[in-house]
Amino acid sequence: MAMASSTGTTKVTLPSDREILITREFDAPRDLVFKAMTDPKLISRWWGPRKYATVVDKMDVRPGGAWRFVHRAPDGSEFGFRGEYREVVPPERIVQTFEFEPMAGHISVETATFTERDGRTLLTVRSLFASKEDRDGMVQSGMETGLRETHDRFAELLAELREEARISAR
Amino acid sequence: MQEILSALAEPNRLQIVELLRRRPLPVGEIVERLRLRQPQVSKHLRVLSDAGLVEVRPVGQQRIYRVRAQALKELDAWLDPYRRTWDERFDQLDDVLRDLKRKHKEKKDGHGK
Repeated sequence: MAMASSTGTTKVTLPSDREILITREFDAPRDLVFKAMTDPKLISRWWGPRKYATVVDKMDVRPGGAWRFVHRAPDGSEFGFRGEYREVVPPERIVQTFEFEPMAGHISVETATFTERDGRTLLTVRSLFASKEDRDGMVQSGMETGLRETHDRFAELLAELREEARISAR
Repeated sequence: MQEILSALAEPNRLQIVELLRRRPLPVGEIVERLRLRQPQVSKHLRVLSDAGLVEVRPVGQQRIYRVRAQALKELDAWLDPYRRTWDERFDQLDDVLRDLKRKHKEKKDGHGK
């Protein structure tokens, strides 16, 4: 399967009308990838976009535990993201809820799965939204406000569609 | 854009697009491969066509359906900022992992001495 990507190897696809699936491969064993995603000291180094500082307000990585991260913009404005861990299975799986505070009430469920092969890790993050409108709204709000940092995930169709479009555009 | 997304929200229509992505097909073959009824498929094709996702051209006696590249490009452009966000995040994660691997290795090497 030919895979083209203008932005690294992150693939975003839409497996159903309420989901987004994101996949990415990392050159590290999965216990390290799992650690990087569950260690509060490491989150601030990668979770937010470069233009913001990311502060870990709460991060209680166990079923029922709460998390809350805050993005701080250079102009001092802040916006938060929060949720709750539902399943934590090192180093295989994390299920957590996700809510962008300015859009409170629109809660999605993210499932991160870590698969190791030859010392490399395939990370898939699947986001399930309450409705198609929620999902589309999430993608849309990302485009319009630059707050697109944080949501959820997609699936296979798109990367391939993209390649297809490129080929037929030639 | 909303029209494209709504058209794809129906699982059978998404399947039709995935099928046509591989190669253009006449209605009859779509019916056969997806095991749907012809009127159903025709209805789906009409919705997809109205949304600009597929187009049809006559070849001999047959009407051949295919995916419109332009619609796919629009869909891709719609998702692009979202993808970039995740890409930036994961690029930074790559850096963190490189550090972790190095520390891990140093620890192991140190332990061996």
